[in-house]
Amino acid sequence: MTTPAASPTLATRRVAIAGNPNTGKTTLFNRLTGLSAKVGNYPGVTVESESGEVKLARSGVVTVVDVPGTYSLTARSAEEQIAIQAVCGLHPLERPDAVVLVVDATQLTRNLYLALQIIETDIPLVIALNMVDMLGELGQEIDAAALERELGVRVVPISAQHGEGLDALRVALDEVLASPDRARPGPRWIPSDPRLRADVDAVARELPAIWKLDNPRRRDALALWALLSLDENDELPDAPAKLRETVLARRRAAAADGREIEAEIIQGRYAWIDQRAPKFLRQRASVRESRTDRVDRLLLHPALGFAVFLVVMGLVFQSLFSWADPLIGLIETAVGAVKEQVVSALPPGFFNDLVAEGLIEGVGSVIVFLPQILLLFFFIGVMEDSGYMARVAFLMDRLMKSIGLHGRAFVPMMSGFACAVPAILATRTMERQRDRMLTMMVVPLMTCSARLPVYSLLIAALFPPDRIFGVLPVQGLLMVAMYVFSTLVALIVAAVLGRTLIKGKSVPLLLELPPYRLPHWPSVLAQMWRKTRVFLSEAGTVILACTVAMWLLLSFPRDAQIDERFDAQIAAVNSSLPAGEERDERIAALENERAGEALRSSYGGRLGHFIEPAVAPLGFDWKIGIGLLGAFAAREVFVSTMGVVYGIGEDVDEESVGLRQRIKQEAHADGRPIYTPLVGLALMVFFAIACQCMSTLAVVKRETRSWTWPTFLFVYTGALAWLLSFAVFQGGRLLGFG
Amino acid sequence: MTSLDLLNPGSTARLVSIGGDRAFRCRLMELGLLPGTLVRLVRRVDVGGVLEVEVRGCRLSVRHGEARHVAVEAGA
Repeated sequence: MTTPAASPTLATRRVAIAGNPNTGKTTLFNRLTGLSAKVGNYPGVTVESESGEVKLARSGVVTVVDVPGTYSLTARSAEEQIAIQAVCGLHPLERPDAVVLVVDATQLTRNLYLALQIIETDIPLVIALNMVDMLGELGQEIDAAALERELGVRVVPISAQHGEGLDALRVALDEVLASPDRARPGPRWIPSDPRLRADVDAVARELPAIWKLDNPRRRDALALWALLSLDENDELPDAPAKLRETVLARRRAAAADGREIEAEIIQGRYAWIDQRAPKFLRQRASVRESRTDRVDRLLLHPALGFAVFLVVMGLVFQSLFSWADPLIGLIETAVGAVKEQVVSALPPGFFNDLVAEGLIEGVGSVIVFLPQILLLFFFIGVMEDSGYMARVAFLMDRLMKSIGLHGRAFVPMMSGFACAVPAILATRTMERQRDRMLTMMVVPLMTCSARLPVYSLLIAALFPPDRIFGVLPVQGLLMVAMYVFSTLVALIVAAVLGRTLIKGKSVPLLLELPPYRLPHWPSVLAQMWRKTRVFLSEAGTVILACTVAMWLLLSFPRDAQIDERFDAQIAAVNSSLPAGEERDERIAALENERAGEALRSSYGGRLGHFIEPAVAPLGFDWKIGIGLLGAFAAREVFVSTMGVVYGIGEDVDEESVGLRQRIKQEAHADGRPIYTPLVGLALMVFFAIACQCMSTLAVVKRETRSWTWPTFLFVYTGALAWLLSFAVFQGGRLLGFG
Repeated sequence: MTSLDLLNPGSTARLVSIGGDRAFRCRLMELGLLPGTLVRLVRRVDVGGVLEVEVRGCRLSVRHGEARHVAVEAGA
């Protein structure tokens, strides 16, 4: 430690943790980094990168970066390319000082394929041989020392689940960082066939210099990578055209010769592994049926498995829909209490209102999502960790594929019935960017719980409590119809978008069905908290800013004349009536009327007038227009906004008789009622489809890292909502309703 | 010779060749399904339109339509 560059404070060393999916890589990462881990993003793609710190005796504090789980470094898309970029340090990622490869001991030969690829790149490597505690159950035995000799790199047996072997892993990593050259064994498998060698050399000459081809092994490894990865329709933006042409030319020439380059490379590596496997892997013959088999006989049973699936999904849905409710109520009460404290502590005026109505309400509108987000991520964590999520995708593949979605899109879609915000965060469980985008674009169409108060109010106010044939309640049927309608629209939109704007080649479904395991609870909780923190810090700030903006829009400008007039009226009531209930009621009524007038004369109110021509063809008037604007803060705010617009006060809910009465009485200038059942239906259709929820838009913005997707979502749902409401209202009128 | 989707649940076969498009072939091979590898059909799940197969001690799901491209020699 004499040169400043070696000092850990000046140049923190970087270690990448790689491995196949389901190898316990995330658990190991959480074990090593503890609470220091942070979620970030890989540049250019919407793939999360988690990084944290680990303290080593000699090397000091080292940064650990989690590489997305992969079976191979071979890539077909920008997201898959992250693995090779992270391991080799291709532009724009930094080259790690060492790689820790997590290997699932129970599936050794397949895991060693990735190990060979990484060894080829000539990066210092330590292998963490995980799940050694499970080998006995499978009748397997691994000689770690023999494996170490064959591969030429350090192999440390661990159990990430039980935290065993982690100290030895830290020591091994420390040693590798201290003398990296000893951890570079040189490639184990090399293309020895002269024809394949010629292919590799030809491709190596076309590799871009930006990939830092400072050593011949690295160059060979990248040439092999290009030979496997590139083709006519790969989606790898960083690969130069000349390189792709060369790969394609070599492949054509080989095919004319009766050879297949890819098969030669892959079979070469597996032949190397299979040949040496007997030296380090012993398998006792005939194993009895495993626990996973017995569980799967139930969970993948054609009838029972589906029943269990429905129960599990019902549980998740129920928790988001009703178990989260008391917690949400608690948060709302707490926010209300804080607001009251602030209102009474600060002198009345603009600043008081800004803090209370803008900032505190804004923070409230962010943290109110926490119960649902935490619950959903808890369930997703448990499903992922236990291995059940792969079965969900398995069972749902046919249905979801028919509408162009991934089997894993089922959980976010279903969560969308509770709230689109956690549902959109849950799309991260899908690997392909295209699948995530498509799911995010349709999740907001699912009937979320915030639409319920609006539907309840309109249905109760405008439709008779009759029963069809004496049994089927009209109101209940309408509610069910809204759910069916929104789901159908979501499925149709998914099918259409998936075949047009968000097109993607159908990828072969090659899911691994990992053995069932008990989740590692600290890891599930750490993961849950990390994702929630990202929501708070990134989407939360946008939601907060929007809430303040909405408040400004609906409260300003303040008309001094209105205030003076109502102050005078209140003073008159105060002097003419004795203190008591009647006086309080009169004053409260005046205050409500004042709030209504203030809202109608605010920027928001003017905007309501301004958009009236746009919503008039749907049967809406400017007051409903203000309600639609208010609903942008959160859909259920429509109810209280209408309460204020009609001068009944903001403390109304969908149950209030006063608001229902008022809605029935609202009339056009010529005396025709504004709200007919047909208008109510058109309004519900509008609410069902329009993504008038700034929190959803804020989360989409954060998840897609662009303004394009939220803008597209807002515009397409708005246009579709308008068209369908128009069709309902005008079509209904033509048929003689309303 | 038959194809993977036609195997009886529980039976094992030796893989002969993989057809279909390049990406699918490469992906299967990288997961260790190579000519000569033993493949066992664990179960068919017709609800999801998928098969569960066991290769190298690992369970994978493959769609019916895609399994049709995998030629196997039964009775191994």
